[in-house]
Amino acid sequence: MSHATETPADAPAILSEVRPALKPRAPMVGHGRSFSWITEKICGIAEEKTPVWWWWCFTAACIVASFTVAGLIYLVSTGVGVWGHRNPVNWAWDIVNFVFWIGIGHAGTLISAILCLLRQKWRTSINRSAEAMTIFAVICAGIFPVFHLGRVWYSWFLFPLPNSNIIWQNYRSPLEWDVFAVSTYGTVSVLFWYVGMIPDLATMRDRFASVGKTIRARVYGIFAMGWRGSGRHWSNYEMAYLILAGISTPLVLSVHTIVSFDFAVSLLPGWHTTIFPPYFVAGAIFSGFGMVLTLVLPLRAVYKLEDLVTQYHIDCMCKITLATGTMVGYAYLMEFFIAWYGANPNESFTFINRAFGPYWWAYFIMVTCNVITPQFFWFKGVRRNTALVFVLSLFVNVGMWFERFVIIATSLARDFLPSSWGYYSPSVVEIFTFFGTFGVFSVLFLLFVRFLPIMAVAELKAVTPQADPHSDVDAGAHGAARTGEHN
Amino acid sequence: MAEKPYGLIATFETPGALMRAAEQVRDAGYRRWDCITPFPIHGLDKAMGVGRSRVPRISLLGGITGFCTGMSMIWFMDSYDYGLTVGGKPLFSPLYAFPVSYELTILFTAFATIGGMFFLNGLPMHYHPVLNYDKIRRGTDDLFFIVIERVDPRFSDDNTRALLAKAGGADITEIEA
Repeated sequence: MSHATETPADAPAILSEVRPALKPRAPMVGHGRSFSWITEKICGIAEEKTPVWWWWCFTAACIVASFTVAGLIYLVSTGVGVWGHRNPVNWAWDIVNFVFWIGIGHAGTLISAILCLLRQKWRTSINRSAEAMTIFAVICAGIFPVFHLGRVWYSWFLFPLPNSNIIWQNYRSPLEWDVFAVSTYGTVSVLFWYVGMIPDLATMRDRFASVGKTIRARVYGIFAMGWRGSGRHWSNYEMAYLILAGISTPLVLSVHTIVSFDFAVSLLPGWHTTIFPPYFVAGAIFSGFGMVLTLVLPLRAVYKLEDLVTQYHIDCMCKITLATGTMVGYAYLMEFFIAWYGANPNESFTFINRAFGPYWWAYFIMVTCNVITPQFFWFKGVRRNTALVFVLSLFVNVGMWFERFVIIATSLARDFLPSSWGYYSPSVVEIFTFFGTFGVFSVLFLLFVRFLPIMAVAELKAVTPQADPHSDVDAGAHGAARTGEHN
Repeated sequence: MAEKPYGLIATFETPGALMRAAEQVRDAGYRRWDCITPFPIHGLDKAMGVGRSRVPRISLLGGITGFCTGMSMIWFMDSYDYGLTVGGKPLFSPLYAFPVSYELTILFTAFATIGGMFFLNGLPMHYHPVLNYDKIRRGTDDLFFIVIERVDPRFSDDNTRALLAKAGGADITEIEA
């Protein structure tokens, strides 16, 4: 106790010597935009008359999505043999696509949860659309393993529901862990997205009500839960949001870890490695940021959001892509090193086969896109060229799809016994079903852009300089004093 | 009931003005009052004298329930209801049950957190007297308000009005219940 009382007396003497370093920070919102400008800009997107381009994109997306629908109808009515799986490659595009889409989702949770815990304010202008991306990506991901079951009407056997077979699921199997991981992930992502949106839905409710659009005000009002911006509510709300961020962080890490367990727990050379969980998580975040860039850059251009998604935001996203891409490259190298160092002939063969075997072209695409592409982001000139960043982000998406293909197909096609080796190529049905998921994703994303606030309006306002309650008092006295004394 | 007003509302232009006013209302000893802001203002809960949120307690309960649900569910299924030997291993061990229990911990925590937030906030509540005020719609856009309820023991029309005026509030208005 005596200690505690003495410290304040001593503190000023020491503190007067200490000068916090002044580091100029890039503004989160360009041109010092006001609160009402932010509301008008974001809510205006969902309120305006549906633009013509939207209808064109929506129609195109629906046509593409119909490929998935047709492919699945054909699969269910005929049998899972319409896909190209044959012994020994019994996991192929379906699982590749599953891991690909799940991985994309991970950047959304990283942005909303991990960057929230790290107090990275730049997340506010991209988190809403990234979370939407997560949910839609999880929907696309879920299609593949469920339909790979063959008899999809029995997919409820995955869940611990009493059934006529009486026996329960095998909880020692990573595949069963995956069921829980992915369904928890989907549910928590939706909850997180929705909770984040409640204040903005209330804003839209009030805007519709004030222009007399009663029906829309009612609909948004129902989902806004009667939010009225009460200070007491904000206190609970912010705590709840923080806890959700806190639990989503271990969740997102666990989901891709468990996805990697699907492989790592097996005994197959090339799968049976301990590096898989961190390697998969880094890859997931890498691919997800690729997709965030692919989605946010066109949105920024179409809706002229340069003041909200500033160059600083693009720089941050490019740098994370660079960092995770480099981690992925390191993992590729380390896999090779361990295959050699482990002195297991099967393991070394698998890795030499990956790079120089029949699937060398897939390995080549993977390394080019995932290791070389992100290295361009070292250069400011590249990061400032939005069109180039967009193109590079597409390469990241392609590369990460091929990474999963390389891991899954090459290991299965050349396993232990040469007599059972094979070469896998996808069937037309498989290709169309995967192609169609981009349509499913786009349909959902276009609907999101049309009807919901695409950025977290309340959070964006909170990171503007004028939102700081001390800004109007301290700016004169403290601020000037600090800059003056800084040496 | 309709004749008695709900309370008084005052408008503020900036978060700083609202914060300083909130401190004055808090120091005047009011209990049944609230701020209306379009976004969370850092430090407003302290300025309002609102204690630490109780949401974490509900979250913790949810998490414990989730973990126990996972463990006991798997124990019940694999060891009690229908034992199935897999790989010659024991019927139950907390290690293999951990991943599923871990995911259920997170799932239940998420539901408890959101449910707890709604419960503590008394939401959904689609009707509230504050929403009768015609300017309140800008409270989700760019204006800040303080509402003091009539039921507060310290409320008196003149004194409360004077306090809000002294604190810098504009457009001090009575709201209908």
